[in-house]
Amino acid sequence: MKTRRVTAAVATVIALSLGAAACGGGGGGNNSSNGGNAKKDAALDSIVNASSKKGGTVNLEDSDVPDSLDPGNTYYGFVQNFSRLYARTLVTFKPAAGKDGLTVVPDLAESLGKASADAKTWTYHLRSGLKFEDGTPITSKDVKYAIERSNFAPEALSNGPTYFKAYLEGGDKYKGPYKDKSPDGLKSIETPDDQTIVFHLAKPFADFDYLATFSQTAPVPAAKDDGAKYVQHIVSSGPYKFQSYEEGASASLVRNPNWDPKSDPIRKALPDKINVKFKVNGVTIDNNLMADKTTADIAGAGVQPQTQPRILSGKYSKQTDNSYAGATGYMALNVNVAPFNNEHCRKAVQWALDKQSVLDAMGGSPKGDVATTLLPPSVNGYTKFDTYPTPGNKGDAAKAKEELKACGQPNGFSTTLTARSDRASEVAAATAIQNSLKAVGIKVDIKQYPSGKYFSNFAGVPSYVHQHKLGMMMMAWGADWPTGYGFLDQIIDGSAIKPSGGNNLMELNDPKINKALADAIANTDSAARTKAWGDIDKMVMDNASVVPLVYRKNLLIRPTSATNVTVTQAYLGMYDYTLLSSSK
Amino acid sequence: MAAYIIRRVFGAVVLLLVVSAVTFAIFFLVPRLGGQTATQLATQYVGKDANPESIAAIKKNLGFDQPIYIQYWDYIKGLFVGADYKFGPDATHCSAPCFGYSFKSHVEVWPQLTQRIPVSFSLAVGAAVIWLIFGVTTGVISALRKGKPVDRLAMFIALAGVSLPIFFTGQVINALFVYQWPVWDSTDYVPFTQNPADWAWHLLLPWISLAFLFSATYARLTRAGMLETMGEDYIRTARAKGLKESTVVAKHGLRSTLTPIVTIFGMDFGTLVGTAVLTETVFSLQGIGAYSIQAIRDNDLPIVMAVTLVAAFFIVFCNLLVDLVYAAIDPRVRYS
Repeated sequence: MKTRRVTAAVATVIALSLGAAACGGGGGGNNSSNGGNAKKDAALDSIVNASSKKGGTVNLEDSDVPDSLDPGNTYYGFVQNFSRLYARTLVTFKPAAGKDGLTVVPDLAESLGKASADAKTWTYHLRSGLKFEDGTPITSKDVKYAIERSNFAPEALSNGPTYFKAYLEGGDKYKGPYKDKSPDGLKSIETPDDQTIVFHLAKPFADFDYLATFSQTAPVPAAKDDGAKYVQHIVSSGPYKFQSYEEGASASLVRNPNWDPKSDPIRKALPDKINVKFKVNGVTIDNNLMADKTTADIAGAGVQPQTQPRILSGKYSKQTDNSYAGATGYMALNVNVAPFNNEHCRKAVQWALDKQSVLDAMGGSPKGDVATTLLPPSVNGYTKFDTYPTPGNKGDAAKAKEELKACGQPNGFSTTLTARSDRASEVAAATAIQNSLKAVGIKVDIKQYPSGKYFSNFAGVPSYVHQHKLGMMMMAWGADWPTGYGFLDQIIDGSAIKPSGGNNLMELNDPKINKALADAIANTDSAARTKAWGDIDKMVMDNASVVPLVYRKNLLIRPTSATNVTVTQAYLGMYDYTLLSSSK
Repeated sequence: MAAYIIRRVFGAVVLLLVVSAVTFAIFFLVPRLGGQTATQLATQYVGKDANPESIAAIKKNLGFDQPIYIQYWDYIKGLFVGADYKFGPDATHCSAPCFGYSFKSHVEVWPQLTQRIPVSFSLAVGAAVIWLIFGVTTGVISALRKGKPVDRLAMFIALAGVSLPIFFTGQVINALFVYQWPVWDSTDYVPFTQNPADWAWHLLLPWISLAFLFSATYARLTRAGMLETMGEDYIRTARAKGLKESTVVAKHGLRSTLTPIVTIFGMDFGTLVGTAVLTETVFSLQGIGAYSIQAIRDNDLPIVMAVTLVAAFFIVFCNLLVDLVYAAIDPRVRYS
């Protein structure tokens, strides 16, 4: 009895202490800063704690490590955003709040790309007075070299995307600057003078300005390049340069004296120093943000699940921003697996599904909104519509049964749904789908596969899918650049069906949709192109092979000392690091 | 004594060679025997985009197209004279001791380890000092006051220490002293060479969390050993001779109790240097444990191999030291 009382007392002390720590995490912080007055979600459409004061140190932390900080060797969204501090690109996204942040603006270039009428030739002119951190002038040849090394030398730099290789004329033959030592390099990138760069594409591509925002267009001096080791001594073209870099551990940026603000209308470069620490415990990062000990979680994917309840209500709630992550979670119905080869069977699933229960299973509103379209709201071209509207998004059993009759399965059918075993929320969503479809007689067997091999060995391999009759597959997708084409091309175009590793899990190969995509990307009229993405989204929904589930969201927290805080929709709903500064 | 030391050092080197051979066999021979081709093996070492160029480069660099004994010979040679890896524009020379090259992050593994070994070593040293002092002292007091409230309280705390996982005690300590009452601004690692006082201050919380777990074991071990020893005839004789109680306890009782403690300490300390994963993760310390976990997650096999060897080295080395320390603490041990 005595022991029990002692145990209870100890437990109470620990619980109270933890509770106190949880509630009072900001005790050491500077709550007098005006950051405390901002409202919940304020950074979604405005710049919170706007300031023009120079100085201070921005401290960023990451619970993991990125693929590389080398602008030519990364696929990470946050490195694309962060590298703009030390690597200026031909054009970039406007550092601005809300939808304005999706606008592409000139950076190294004087203006956006000038396209030929057929959208196959793109010309950029560099500003004058551009310099690397060592004072040498930046020329168009340095930009050309950067694109060559990043896209054509996979033996050394294999992390980044290879869109330039795919779209540039002769891209399939060029061996990269490390193997091909000819002075001209890749002939489809011309540099007639030090200020001009001309790209010749193999096919029309009206989104080229978006490709030019990639960190791969940041200039690299060929003489300083040593392949994969370049990351250890990156030569800056932006307002900050590396003071130190420790692989997988930390990096510090300080002012680059050779950056001329007159040549850069985009960046304010307010902080004196920017520190990044990698491999910091995720919960520690959240605690540091609440206690105002760090400025932002650089990964920008939101707080840890255990932190979520602590900031959704109470004093921290006004410091949170629930931003769209630029991704849609959906379920792919394979049109080559019975009974989903019948459009009515696909429509039966569309009508029957209780999407609200799926969202709830994934963690509710902080994790996202119920999706009715494939394109998420933060992508250029998103059009709001709902082809299968049901009350409260809870499904419509009567309409589902009508479709079941039409597809010759009035009593329902059995099928298999795949999910990634190491993604708890995806498995939870699959279970909610299973329960929801049971009501109309659709029996779902859930099969789980490891995410590392989901596309290479299972859901992305059509022969495996057909053989194992995987009718339904859980899927999530985010755009490489925030336009309809950047989002849709790799998941709905017939050419994206591959023997393995493909992302078109529906095996959708509708000639009308393929043509609409090809036509739109060749159209240099930006307004018409943007409208086309919404129309194509509607065509996909009419086909009924995609069941949109959730527009994903991040739950971010901004510390009180963080100034000029705004969410950028161009980079997966994280804070804009070219703007971010600190009062500390 | 000198001959004994030379023999033991030689034995330790042979043991490390055996460990390296077994490790090498697990990583390179077993997959071959399992039917994996050179291309499949090389594919596991590439980063995200396993393109044919990267695979071919790795196949060549790691000698997957060579017989296994040549591969092993090259590996051992690398440890003593270094090795060359060719990617992109330049060949990278991996200086001796070359513990391999990470093809995912394109860095030599050894410099990465040398950055991290001081962190793990600092963590283990400080924690070991604390747990030895507190663990042994508590064990002795507990044994001398057997059945009294002090003994019960000490053993209750010891039980709590053994039962509570480090990720719990670490988080509690962090929550209380870094966030609730911020006595510590942070627990970031400060190198000893930079500022010894800051080094100790920043590591104190990780030390305490880790020592809490280990002190408990040592307190219970010491208590059990002391209870047994203090009942021996020679202790009665010592008291009968009229020796002071403190001399009886310290010189006769504790000394013989320490032998098994030192044995276990050697193992614990050696193991801890390479495996304090939880403490390093909770306190965000960039040590070997955290590094190896990242490598395992990334399937970065050269790093996993190197960490295995370094961890084995520390265990073998600490055991060697322990054997030598025996002579000092236990007069019954004679080396011939």
